[in-house]
Amino acid sequence: MNKIRKKILTKPLLVSILLILGTQTSWSNQENQHSNHQASDQKKPVASEPTEHQGIKNGDTKNQEMNHEGMKHKDMKDESVDINKMNHEGMNHDEMSGNNSVMPNMREIQKDEMGEMQPQGGDAPANARDPHAYSNGYTLTEGPYAMPKENRLKLADEHSFAALLGNRLEYDNSSNSITYDFQAWYGTTFDRLVVKAEGDIIQGNIEESQTDVLWGHAVSTFWDAQIGVRLDSYDEGKNRQWVALGLQGLAPYWFELDMTAYVGESGNTALTVEAEYELLLTQKLIFQPRTEISLYGKDDLQNNLGSGFSSSSIGFRLRYEFSRQFAPYLGVEWVNQYGATADLVKLKGNDTRETNILAGLRFWF
Amino acid sequence: MTYYNNSFKALLKRRRFVQGIIAGGVLAAAPKYLSSAIAAELGTLTGNAPELSGQVIELEIAESAVNFTGVTRMATTINNSIPAPTLRLREGDEVTIKVTNRLSVPSSIHWHGIILPFQMDGVPGISFKGIMPGETFTYQFKLQQSGTYWYHSHSGFQEMTGMYGALIIEPRETETIVADREFVVQLSDWTDEVPMDVFRKLKVQGDYYNYNQPTIQNFTNDIKQKGLDKALSSRKMWNQMRMSPTDLADLSAATMTYLLNGSNPASNWRGLFKPGERVRLRFINGSSNTFFDVRIPKLQMSVVQADGQNVKPVWIDEFRFGPGETYDVLIEPKADAYTLFAQSINRSGYARGTLAINQDISAPVPELDPVEWLTMTDMMGSMTHGAGAAMVMGGKDMVAGKMDHSGMKHGGMSMDHKQHNMGKNPLAQASSKVRHAKTEYGPSVDMRVDMPRTNLDDPGIGLRNNGRKVLTLADLQSIDGIVNQKPPSAEIELHLTGNMERYSWSIDGLEFGKSTPVHMKHNQRVRVILQNDTMMTHPMHLHGMWSDLENEQGQAQVRRHTIPVQPAQRISFLTTPHDVGRWAWHCHLLFHMDAGMFREVIVS
Repeated sequence: MNKIRKKILTKPLLVSILLILGTQTSWSNQENQHSNHQASDQKKPVASEPTEHQGIKNGDTKNQEMNHEGMKHKDMKDESVDINKMNHEGMNHDEMSGNNSVMPNMREIQKDEMGEMQPQGGDAPANARDPHAYSNGYTLTEGPYAMPKENRLKLADEHSFAALLGNRLEYDNSSNSITYDFQAWYGTTFDRLVVKAEGDIIQGNIEESQTDVLWGHAVSTFWDAQIGVRLDSYDEGKNRQWVALGLQGLAPYWFELDMTAYVGESGNTALTVEAEYELLLTQKLIFQPRTEISLYGKDDLQNNLGSGFSSSSIGFRLRYEFSRQFAPYLGVEWVNQYGATADLVKLKGNDTRETNILAGLRFWF
Repeated sequence: MTYYNNSFKALLKRRRFVQGIIAGGVLAAAPKYLSSAIAAELGTLTGNAPELSGQVIELEIAESAVNFTGVTRMATTINNSIPAPTLRLREGDEVTIKVTNRLSVPSSIHWHGIILPFQMDGVPGISFKGIMPGETFTYQFKLQQSGTYWYHSHSGFQEMTGMYGALIIEPRETETIVADREFVVQLSDWTDEVPMDVFRKLKVQGDYYNYNQPTIQNFTNDIKQKGLDKALSSRKMWNQMRMSPTDLADLSAATMTYLLNGSNPASNWRGLFKPGERVRLRFINGSSNTFFDVRIPKLQMSVVQADGQNVKPVWIDEFRFGPGETYDVLIEPKADAYTLFAQSINRSGYARGTLAINQDISAPVPELDPVEWLTMTDMMGSMTHGAGAAMVMGGKDMVAGKMDHSGMKHGGMSMDHKQHNMGKNPLAQASSKVRHAKTEYGPSVDMRVDMPRTNLDDPGIGLRNNGRKVLTLADLQSIDGIVNQKPPSAEIELHLTGNMERYSWSIDGLEFGKSTPVHMKHNQRVRVILQNDTMMTHPMHLHGMWSDLENEQGQAQVRRHTIPVQPAQRISFLTTPHDVGRWAWHCHLLFHMDAGMFREVIVS
C-alpha cells in the first residue's frame, strides 16, 4: 500500500487521487492521543506463551509508552480532507431518540471525548495487538491434532468469485449510437483481475472503444488500487496503448469514484475520472447523477484529442430495479469538449456540445 | 472445490418429476392426509419431525424435493425430513449414531452444544475428514449433559438447504422442569436460490437483499417532522462513514421464507394442548442466517433453559435469538388459541405457528414491527450509560474505562485502575482497555469501536422500549451451580470484524484462511473477551467447551454454547477446555462463518 502511495506522489497529474487517498488516511490524522493511561495497564498473561510470534510484547508497558511518543510526533498528513472529520453534530440528534434512556448525556460528552475517535481506516499504531499472539506458533496445518494440508477446512475467503457488471448499455437518439460500459472481475475479496470495457457502436460498427485490463488490489477499506494496460481502438484514427494506474472505490457520502492515470506512447499522459451517486427515490426507483472528465498531457491529432482538459459529461439516469440485477433506465447527458480538443472537433465541423437523451439497461450477473 | 458443489445441480433434472404438483400455498390449505400424501410424493416430510430414540440411531443424508414457496426445489435432508428427526436421548448414555451420506458431495453432522471428543464433533477439515459420498461414519460418544440442543451439517451450505434437527437429552435423574406437554419449536429459513449464488450476490452488492434502505421519502418526511438541520445531521455520520443505518441483516424475506417446524407461515404449524396444561416449548434457532424476535401475544413465557442449561426462571413477553441459540420456556395457556410469532430482525418477514385447544381456532397474526434504524450506540458503543456501573466524573455520567480517552482527560479514573484496587489478580475482571489488532487497520475492516459498551441489559435494536418485557443476557442466570467461579489464568481478546462493502467477515480483521489457531492449555481456566467492531449481532459458537458469560461485575453468570455479541458490545466469558483437540469457533450466521469469521481452537 505504501509503495503505491509513494508512486502516486511522484505523479503531479494525480493530485485528485491523492486527495481521495487522503480521505482514507485522515481518520488516522485526527489526533491519536489515545490513552496516556495505557501506561498504567498491566502486563497480562496470555493463553499460551507465544513462541514464534512476538505478540506478547505488545502488552509491555515500556513499548507502549514509546509507541505513544511515536504517535504524537507523527506528522499529520496534509492530504486530509475536511469532509472526513467526524462530525459530532451528526451524533446528537434523532438517531438517538429511540434510545434516550441508553444515552442520556451524549450531547455533553461527545465534544470532549469523540474528538479522538478513529473508527475507520488509518494506520495501525505500533503497539497494536498481534492477531497471531494466541497461536503458540501453531498453524491450521501444524501443531497438535492438525489436519493434513489437503484436508484442512477452506471457506469462502479462499474462494474466487466472478461478476460482470453492465453499468451502462444505452441508446442515444441524437447520434443514433449505442454506448456500452461494462466491468468484469474475477478473484478473491482483495485481489482481482478487472476488465473495464467502454465504447460506442454506430450502425453495428464499434466506432471507438477503450478497454482496461487491470490487476486490482484492495488497499484500504473502500479503495482498490489498479494497475494494468488500456487499449484504445478507433474506427477512424490511430489505436493507442497505455499503461494504467488507478484507484476505484467509495468516497465518503457514498460517491463511487473511478480514477485512472495513463502513460502512453511518445510520452503522452491522460487522466480520467468517473463519479457516480445514487439517490433512492424508493427502494427500487433510483436516480443516478454521473459525471466523467478526461484530461490529456499532449495533443493526439489523429484521434482529435488536444492537451489539457479535454471533455466532460454530466448525466442523470433514472432507473427502475425490477431486480438488483435488471434495471432499465432513461436519462439525459450533456457532453462538452474543451480547449484544444474542442478546436480539433470544430475543425472537423462537429459540435463541441451535445445533449443526449438516453434509454438503457443496467444489469449484472 | 467439490466442497461447494451443490446438490442443486440435480434440480433441473428432477423438476420434470414434479410438474403438475400443487403449489405450497395450496398444499397448506389441503386436509392433513392429503398434504402428507403430496409431501410424500415430493419426497420430503415437512412439519412435525419424526422422533428417534435409543442408544443406536441411524441417519441417512440425501437429496429430496421440497416446496416451501410454490416452487419445487431440491433440499439436502436427513431421513427425508425437514426438520431432521428429533433425537430424544438420555443423559449418561453412550450413543452410537451411524450417518450415511447419499449425496454426491462430502457431508457431516455436528452435534451443536454437545460436550464430546473432538473427533466426534463433526466439523470437516478440523475434527475429521468429513463423510464421503456413499460412506457411513459412526459417531460414538457419552452424553454428559441434558437439555435442548440441535444438530446440523457443518459442510458448505447444507445446513441452509435443510440439514438441521432437534437433539433432546433427557436428564438421567428427575426432570426439574415440570410440564404437562412439550413441543419442539424449531425456527429456520429457506431460500429457493442456490446458497452459493446468494453469497456471491452479496459479494457483488452487500445490500442486495436490503429493501429498507434510507430513501428520499424518509428524508423529506424527516424534514417535515424534525426540520432540515436534524434530518441532515441524522444522516451525516452514516453517509460519511459509508455505513447504512438499516444494515440489520444480510438476507431478508426478499429471498428467505421463514419456517417454524418446517412449515411456512401459510401452512401454520399447529400444536394442540388441553386447557389447564402447562406447556414447555423448546425453541431452537436452526436457521442459517436469521435472528428471530419471538413472542406469543397474550401469553407470558417463563424462560427456564438457555442453550440446554437450566436458568433461574424469568418471565418475559419476547426474546431475540440468533442461529445456534436455544431457549426453553414454560407457558400456561388458557382454553384459547395463540400465535407463535417470530419476526426476522430486519422486519422483512416472519415465521409463525399456532398453539390451540383444537384444530379449528386460530389467533390473529400481529403486524411486523416497524424497521428501526441503528443508533449511535450500535455504531460507536458506549459513550455513556452502564447499568449500575455508571459513575460520575466531572458531572458527567459515564462508564468507567469504556473510553480509552477518559483516563487521560479525567486524571486516570479509568476502569484499569479499578483492577488495581480489586486485588492481586489482574485477571479478576475482564480488561477494559480496547486493543485493536494491527490487522484491523486494513481493507477487511470497515469500522473499529474504541468505546465499546459492556452492559448486558440491552435487548438490541428494534426491541428497545417496545412496551414489552424483552429478555436480555442480563436476565439469564444459571442454576445448579454449574458455573465455575474459578478465576482465569489467561485472557484472550478477539474482535469481530467485517466490511459490508466487500462482504468480508473476519476476526481481528483476518479471515479464517489467513488466521492461526487460538491455543488454550488443557483444563486451564481462560477468559475470552469478544468485542464486536461491526454493526450486526454475531452469535458466537465455541465448540467443545462451555462459555460461561461474565457480567459487568466480573461474575460468571450463565453457561452458554452460543453467545450473541451485539454491535459495539464487548463481552467476556470464561471457559475451561476439558477436552483436547481442535475445535471450531465461529459466528453462527452461516454466511459470516463461511466468509471467514471463524477461528480454530487448539486444546493441548
